[in-house]
Order: sequence, then structure tokens, then C-alpha cells
Amino acid sequence: MDEIPLAPAPQTPKLRPTAPVAKAPLPAVPPRRGFFGKALAVVIGSLVGVVPVASGLAVFLDPLRRRQGLHEPIRVATLDALPDDGMPRLFPVIADRDDAWTRYINQPVGAVYLRRLPGSSTVQALSATCPHAGCFVELKEERKQFQCPCHTSAFQLDGQRVMPCVAPRGMDELKCEVVTRDKEQQVLVDYLNYYSGLAEKKPKA
Amino acid sequence: MKPLVDWLDDRTGIRGLVHEALYENIPGGARWRYVWGSTLVFAFSVQVITGIFLWMCYSPSGQTAWESVAYVQYEMFGGWLLRGLHHFMAQAMVVLLALHLLQVVIDGAYRAPREVNFWLGLILMQIVLGLSLTGYLLPWDQKGYWATRVATNLMGIVPGVGGQLQQLVVGGADYGHLTLTRFFALHAGVLPGLLVFFLVLHIAIFRRHGIHCRKPGRRPDCAFWPDQVLKDAVACLAVLCVVLFFVFKPAIMGGGLHGARPGDMLGADLGAPADAANPYSAARPEWYFLFLFQFLKYFPGDREIIGAIIVPSIVMLMLFLMPLLGRWKLGHVFNICLLGCLLVGAGLLTAQAWHDDNQANGSSMAVQLANRVMPANPKQLEESEGYLEAVEDAEASAHRAVALIRAPEGIPPLGAIALLRRDAKTQGPRIFAEATCTACHDRVDAQGQGHKSAKPSAPNLYGFASRQWLRGLLSPDPKSGISSPRYFGNTSHADGDMAGFVKGDLKKLKPQQVEQIVVALSAEAQLRSQAAEDAKDGATIAAGRKLIQQQCTDCHKFHEAGELGSSPDLTGYGSYEWMLGMISQPESDRYYDGNNDRMPASAAFKEPERNRLNPLELEMLVHWLRGEWYEPAAPAIAEPEAIQAGAR
Repeated sequence: MDEIPLAPAPQTPKLRPTAPVAKAPLPAVPPRRGFFGKALAVVIGSLVGVVPVASGLAVFLDPLRRRQGLHEPIRVATLDALPDDGMPRLFPVIADRDDAWTRYINQPVGAVYLRRLPGSSTVQALSATCPHAGCFVELKEERKQFQCPCHTSAFQLDGQRVMPCVAPRGMDELKCEVVTRDKEQQVLVDYLNYYSGLAEKKPKA
Repeated sequence: MKPLVDWLDDRTGIRGLVHEALYENIPGGARWRYVWGSTLVFAFSVQVITGIFLWMCYSPSGQTAWESVAYVQYEMFGGWLLRGLHHFMAQAMVVLLALHLLQVVIDGAYRAPREVNFWLGLILMQIVLGLSLTGYLLPWDQKGYWATRVATNLMGIVPGVGGQLQQLVVGGADYGHLTLTRFFALHAGVLPGLLVFFLVLHIAIFRRHGIHCRKPGRRPDCAFWPDQVLKDAVACLAVLCVVLFFVFKPAIMGGGLHGARPGDMLGADLGAPADAANPYSAARPEWYFLFLFQFLKYFPGDREIIGAIIVPSIVMLMLFLMPLLGRWKLGHVFNICLLGCLLVGAGLLTAQAWHDDNQANGSSMAVQLANRVMPANPKQLEESEGYLEAVEDAEASAHRAVALIRAPEGIPPLGAIALLRRDAKTQGPRIFAEATCTACHDRVDAQGQGHKSAKPSAPNLYGFASRQWLRGLLSPDPKSGISSPRYFGNTSHADGDMAGFVKGDLKKLKPQQVEQIVVALSAEAQLRSQAAEDAKDGATIAAGRKLIQQQCTDCHKFHEAGELGSSPDLTGYGSYEWMLGMISQPESDRYYDGNNDRMPASAAFKEPERNRLNPLELEMLVHWLRGEWYEPAAPAIAEPEAIQAGAR
């Protein structure tokens, strides 16, 4: 049997002698500094980390200090534009809007359903935002009810839930008044947003 | 606790990792000179943390970049601190880079087997410089905008592909949305990603070779933790303190905030919003690039490529060759000398650049001292004056921008620049000069402050149509009255009918009656500054109106009395609408008709392109002349003397 010749040993190229690669041998003696040194290192190390993180968090949390801007009743329609047939109609809400640094003047900021009871000048205003998860509720005139396109919540024309219903409460009724101003009867609405998903009607800050 | 750690260690080997990280051997013991690398990692970490939080508020586009940064700086709680940390830590990083490089070269730590790590370090340096270059543009203020234009224009001189290269970086032929989105992606994505990649390699290789120690036996070895960690932490704390000092510098040097909001005074500077139509002649790169800026001054015209590209490339090449040269003792000495020369040279160039710009500022102690060493020549002095003036203008318009965005209208969707372009206070003087009103008219107050004409030859328009101004007009006094240079002295009306009337018939009236005329005529202007007085003096105004109808309507029209055609209409004299007409078409029969001296028509044509002024410019000019513009109830930004002095 011929012996299989061994492959020639690979020739390691001769490098210039370099500093030995440190293999991090553990020091035989325990670290010279005791508890005080370690604690100081930890304290200072944390301190220098806290400053940038804290300044960042302050800015990050800034939105919690902001308040919902619209507090005055907004003119949404004239009473004449609203037939007294008990059928709700959708009206855009036009107002000035602050979006962080930009101010939009006279922009549509949302929509409300207005409904004038038959033979009356009393107007009911319902937010078009579904109290379940905030989708835009649609009016189905032929069925005489509101339907949410997302999770099939349905509401009667006065905003009461049609049971069974996933929405925890009826549609949010908005404070609404009819005033005579500039020689016309105007429908003013307190346009507020409420938290969705809660049984209780709680306005957003 | 222990079983949990045991379990985790079994699955991940975490004990070994921590051990390896903390108990790296330090030959010769912990030393202060090893801290530079750690401070750089710390600085980078701070940039990542503050940068990500800033990212949550930043919107890169031509209409929102400045606006969102201003929102962070002036509105958000602690925004000024966050911006200040990011801004000054970036500068600290450049300084630390230089120190780290210096320490590595002096110690000879670049030599075998650490050449590759040295090269990685140089790559990291380029990335950091790239980060600061791209970050400078993002606030989209005048300073960053114009400085970045210069930097990107330099790319254009690269032979062959320069034009395309520039266009790719800028995102088109002009600066706008795409410039910001690209710079932002580079600044917050590409460059930090590359930096992390190379940093990992850098540290891994550093760990492989261990700390380079010149005299290992000097003291006993120790572990990284806790001795070196403590030194590193103290060094990081020192870096942070220096950075915080610069963030709080205006309050520290000025002795408090003086009632201003912190964001109005502290943190990083924010200039006026970028305006391509309004050149900013004080644009300078960040101070650590100032030496390059100065260097370019010595390479005029077609040789610019030498200063901008060839010499910097050669310098970088020599830095890359250092580890190879350093094999020989002489080479190592050469390397140290080279680096020393580069740093000293950069320092001298920076000093020269600073001195060139500031030499005209005689009130600064530092400049006075520097002027002794580097005497100025008249041309440079003039340029320096121009620079200092531009800096002052820039500060003023930055403050104005802040005042305007706090006005009730807020920032429109077109951005803050739209506010400045419609602002009578800042645009008025510019139009006044550009429409060549100043060729003849002054607008200077009693103290001689304001906008001067080189050769005034028409009435001083300061307080035009106010009671004070009209008292002068109706006064025969040769020094301050109608025929003085303040009014018609240098015009063809100096000895005209009006001057004759003031010196003749008007003298027959009692002074009290003249005053009634003044008050009534001034009330026609409906000046906002006089509104309270006008409301109070109803009786005087009524008496004055009667007198005007009796005395003035032989030549002038005044409401129903008199006729147009021979002299300016006094109905609504000096009102907004009256002034619009006067500036647009002074030769119409409502104004001077055939008696016009040299007053040019600024908007006489129906075709807007033929007019000297467009409607918006006219509007702002008139508002400015009437002294009517938005002013906040309290000054937007307090300007204690000390801060102004400190800024110089």
C-alpha cells in the first residue's frame, strides 16, 4: 500500500514580528479599586447617559402638553339649508386649524351630521366619527340608519345604537344651538373629538 | 436571580460576553491618554439619541424644514436643549477626532499590526465630517442654505463628472425638497449606518490587538473595568459639561435669561428661513471647515480645483500612508511633524479667516489684539465691515422671523418665508432703496437715525403726514420749514406757490388755527400711531377741516370743496390709499399733474411687467412709510448687551 503522501505543511508567510495579540489574560490580582471606584464609574456613566435621553424624552412627551384647539362654537350651516324632515345631512366643519407649526385658515377640519326634527327648529348634531374605533360613519338613507363601514356598528337616526352593536356607546352628540346672526339663523356646533372605544363619552384633551 | 442568569448564560453565553467586554487587559494600567476613543463613542451615542428624538419632530421639505426646527426650538418643551446638545456635540466630536488622531500618531499606535485600524479610523473621520456637512443644511436657514450651496458647488469642479455629481447630491439643478430629503437620508440613514459598520470593525480590530502601550512594564496591568471605565466616564462627563456650557452660554455670560423664554436664547442658533432670492453674504461653513474656506481664497479662478480637491486629496493620501512611513523611526518623526504642520496650518488659516471677517469690529478686545498682529488693509477692512453688517442683518431678520411666526396668523402652509416676504418692516426699507426712493428721499428721525439718501433732494419721509411732519411743512422757518432741505428746499417747489402761501397768507392765521389745520389734515392720513389722539381731538379736527376748506381749496381739492388739477388732493391726504396713488402715478391730476418735479411713476401701467413696483411691493412700501407693520406686544427676543457682545 502506497502511503498517501501528506500534503506539504502550509508555509506560514514570515511576517515582521509584531506585538503579540492580546488574549485578555485576566489579571491575577483583583481590580485595585474597590466598591467606591466601581460605584463612581456607574454613577458618572449613568449621568452622562441620562442627559441626552432626558432632553429627548422631554421633547417626545411635548404632545401631552398640547390641548385640542377648537373651543368656540363653529357655524356649520344655516337653518334654511336643513329641511325639517328628520333625516340627517352631512355638513363639513370649516375652521382654522393648527397642525404643529402650520396654521391653516378656513380649512375643513371634520364633518358632522345635522338633523332637524320634523316641524321644529331644534337641531341635533352628531359627530361623524364612530365611537367604536373612529371610522367615518355613513348614512344609509334607504335603511334610515347610520352604518359604520369598518366593524358593522349601526345607529338609529338619533344616534342610538342598533343592537347588537360592537360600539360601546351611541354616536357622540355635539352641543348645538341655533342663533340669529347677520340676519340669518345659523346652526352653531361645539365641534369636539371624543375618545373612541370607551362606554363613557370623554372629550380628547 | 442566579438561576435566571444561569439559564440566559447557557442559551447566550452572556457571562462570557460581559466578561470579555469588561475585563480586557490594559498593559501598564489605566491611563488618561486612552480616553479619546471612548469619548468619541460617547459623543456618537449622544448624537444617535438626540438625533432620533429630533427626527421625530423634523420634516424635510422646503416649506417645513425651517418651520419644524423652529417649532422644536421655540415651542416644544426642552427642544432648545435637545437641539443644543446635538449641535454642540457634533462640534465636540470633530475636536475629539482631532485629539484621537493626534494621540494615535504621537504614540505610534498606527504601526504594525494596527495599520488597518488606523485606516478604518480615517474612514470614520471622513464619515463624521460628512455628517456635519449634511447636518448643517437641515435647519434650512440662511446660514446653512448658503454655506451648503458653496460646498456643493465645489463638487461641480470635479473634472468630467462634476456637474452630474452635484446634480445628484442636490437632487436637481436647484436647491429644494429633494436636496433636503437626500441630505436627510444621508445624515440620518446612510452615514450613521456606515459609521456603525466601520465603528464595529474599528473596535473589533482594536480589541484583537489590545491597547497600544508604549511602556507596558511601567505599572502593573489592570482590567478595563473599573479603572479605565472610571477614567473614560470622567472624560465623557467633561465632554458633556463643555457641550452644556456652550448650550447655556448666553445665560451664563449674560447673567440669566432676562425674562426671555429659554428657547429664545439658549441652544443652537437658528437663522432666518432660507431664501434663494435674498443672498446671505455672511454665509460661512461651520468653524472647523473655516480653514478650507480660507484656503480656497488663495486659489483664484481656474486654479480653484487645486485648493478644493487636489491638495485635500494629497493630504488625505499622506494620512493614509502614515502607517507605512511609520515603520522607520525617521518616518514616524516625519508623520508627527506632518500632522503638527497640518494642525498648525489649519489653525493659522482659521485665525486668518476669523480675522479677515472681524477686523473691522473695533469694539471687540480679541479683534483689537489680533489687529496688532495682523494689520488690515483698507480693502479687507471694507469687506469685513460688509460681513459684520450682513451678520447683524441676519440676526435682525432671524429675530423678525420669530416675531412673525408668533403673530396671530401663525405660519401659513407656504412656510415662514412667505411671512417675511410680506413683512413691511423688513421689506419696506429694501424696496425703498431698490426702487431708488433713496436717490432723493431720506427717511431719518430727529436723531439722524434711519434710511439716508446719499444726496437728499426731496422731503424727508420720516413720519410723513403725521402732525409733527405737517407742522414743519406749514412752517416758514428757513432751517426746518417748508423751504428747508427737510421739505421742498432741494426741489422745484422750494419757491413755489405752496412755499409762498406758507410764508404769506398762512402767517395771517393764529398759531392755534394753523395747529387746527395740522391736526385735521393729519387725521386724513388715519395713521395707526395717531389713532388715539385723532379720536380724542374731534372738535379740533372739525375746526381744522373748516379752515382747510376756507384756506386751501383755491389750489387743492378737499372733500367736496376745490378742484383737482393744480395741486395734490388733500382728501385722505397721507392715507394708505392716497399714498398708493402718489407712488404709482404722481403725475395724475389727483397729485402733481403738470407740476411734478422728479417724482417717478412706479406703477402707472396696466401691464404689471412694465411697472417698477408690483402691487405687493407697493403695499409693503406704503405700510412701511406709514410705520404700520406687525409688532409683538413684547419684544420676541430679549437682547441684553452682554449677549450681543458675546456673539461678536
